[in-house]
Amino acid sequence: MSLQPSPLPEPHATDQNSIYEHQGQSMWKRTISQLIKRKTSLIGFSIILFIVVTALLAPVIATHNPTAQSITDRYLAPSSEHYLGTDELGRDIFSRIVYGTRISIQIALISVGISLVIGVILGCLAGYFGRWIDQVIMRVIDVMMAFPSILLAIALVAVLGPGLKNAMIAVGIVGIPQFARIVRSIVMSVKETEYIEAARAIGAKHGRILFQHVLPNSLAPIIVQATLGMGTAILDAAGLSFLGLGAQPPTPEWGAMLSDGRAALQTAPWVVAFPGLAIFLFVLGFNLFGDGLRDAIDPRLKE
Amino acid sequence: MLKYILRRLAMLIPVLIGVSIITFSLIHLIPGDPARSMLGEKASEAQLELLREELGLNDSYLVQYGRFISNILRGDLGTSIQSKESIAYELAQKLPATIELSLFAMILAIVVGVLAGVISAVKQYSWFDHLSMTGALFGVSLPIFWLGLMMIWLFSVQFNILPPSGRMTTGVHLETITNFYLIDSLLTGNWEAFKDVLQHILLPGIALATIPMAIIARMTRSSMLEVMRQDYIRTAYAKGLKRFIIIFQHALKNAFLPVLTVIGLQFGTLLGGAVLTETIFSWPGVGRYVYLAVLGRDYPIVQSTILIIAAIFVFINLLTDILYKYFDPRIKYN
Repeated sequence: MSLQPSPLPEPHATDQNSIYEHQGQSMWKRTISQLIKRKTSLIGFSIILFIVVTALLAPVIATHNPTAQSITDRYLAPSSEHYLGTDELGRDIFSRIVYGTRISIQIALISVGISLVIGVILGCLAGYFGRWIDQVIMRVIDVMMAFPSILLAIALVAVLGPGLKNAMIAVGIVGIPQFARIVRSIVMSVKETEYIEAARAIGAKHGRILFQHVLPNSLAPIIVQATLGMGTAILDAAGLSFLGLGAQPPTPEWGAMLSDGRAALQTAPWVVAFPGLAIFLFVLGFNLFGDGLRDAIDPRLKE
Repeated sequence: MLKYILRRLAMLIPVLIGVSIITFSLIHLIPGDPARSMLGEKASEAQLELLREELGLNDSYLVQYGRFISNILRGDLGTSIQSKESIAYELAQKLPATIELSLFAMILAIVVGVLAGVISAVKQYSWFDHLSMTGALFGVSLPIFWLGLMMIWLFSVQFNILPPSGRMTTGVHLETITNFYLIDSLLTGNWEAFKDVLQHILLPGIALATIPMAIIARMTRSSMLEVMRQDYIRTAYAKGLKRFIIIFQHALKNAFLPVLTVIGLQFGTLLGGAVLTETIFSWPGVGRYVYLAVLGRDYPIVQSTILIIAAIFVFINLLTDILYKYFDPRIKYN
């Protein structure tokens, strides 16, 4: 067979690479089997799947137009017509929550995407090149971490102007340090391994070493951080919207919906209760799955 | 030890300079004209020019930053655009309320979190362990502003047993000494006020404590499990020491270090969470002050308050490091 190894393989970089890839594949297989075994990560995965399916099928699942107002239907209690009741403008809360899944997924992906891309780039540069580059980047990260994250996000949105886009940017920015630190520490340890030395010896360029050899090794912890980060991003963004700094009316964003319902807490608690439960479920799903993923990828962290 | 503290203090200087640069830059990140943004569309050109002159926005960035720093070092945090009051004065009025709430929440989080973590570790896989770890997982997944509102609905609206807002009922008399109402009422032996203040702080305190409590419980549990496996614990058991003493004197003492780090970091969550909690419970502290300033586009307040909170957070982390070193003298920093 063509895949049969030759009796005396030449020790060159491609072999190193294929050995690594083989280990990589088995690591992912092991991770998946570990994940399936753990009940909590399965629950987390099911919640995420449920939310994604809801978002995809929103027009089918929703019973009403999420932004359609009806003054005669203000603050109706949950019923067979309006499963979760209506808000101060007579909008159907169930349909708004269903459509809200789309916004929440968008917030989570974009915010974490911003943190991930910038964080990984900074972490790679700091860890790989070291010296003054590392010094400069890490001092900036230190300064960012000196601010309580939600407070920095509030300050950024306050100056950039309220709105969903700026809220996502702000939440993305405050999440950068976590990624940068994780990636930096892994890059620093991987950089010293023999196969990187080998790659360097055959004259591989920095970019190739980073993208083909170093980054794949950091993938597992980056994925874990990204999963857990989704929950944090949703919490922070919902907090901003709750304060009136994130999504603006009539967007059915959960934090904003909750804020709308504050005034009627005494008479119509469902307006506040259900969007909050939706946020909780979303964050719980990502936390459960993220915890499971971390334990499966690195069993030493399990406890 | 003193040498270590001085060294750590010196390391703070670049961080604090960085913090000041970021807070200084905030006002310059405003798209368009900051003065227009603060005074609104209706402001006349003369009013705008006056504000620019007042804030020194016409000078070069370097001059502005130099003035910003020298003012802060003299304790001058600027003037509120709306109330025309000194921000340092207003902050000093509001800081005790936030510190009292944060400390109350932190003590609650530490007591409940550490206890739950210890019991969960000692009785691993018991019903208590499952219950408290599920609770901890829920705790880190709950939006605290939602939890706060639901608690108001339950305890203030439905059962009417706790007040939904404020620090103290108007009409209750309290002679203020420190401005920490719980302490003041104790110092003056005013039990009526003490009970009233305690009732007011309970709901926001619990809401604010949720996340740190959950994280402390998880950390304590995993750290305790690690320590309980050590040989010296087995030796202590073999010597016939009482279980209580082994757990709290031998194990917890060593398991506490990682928990201490988490506690230091969680102060950041508290200071940030204060904005949401204080807004919901109309708590007259710094968090609500920032929130109102953000809504009113009173940027000098936003700038100064965030700077002060970041500085407090930086010093709390320094304190954590010093305590860490105190508990574990083997720690060395280069």
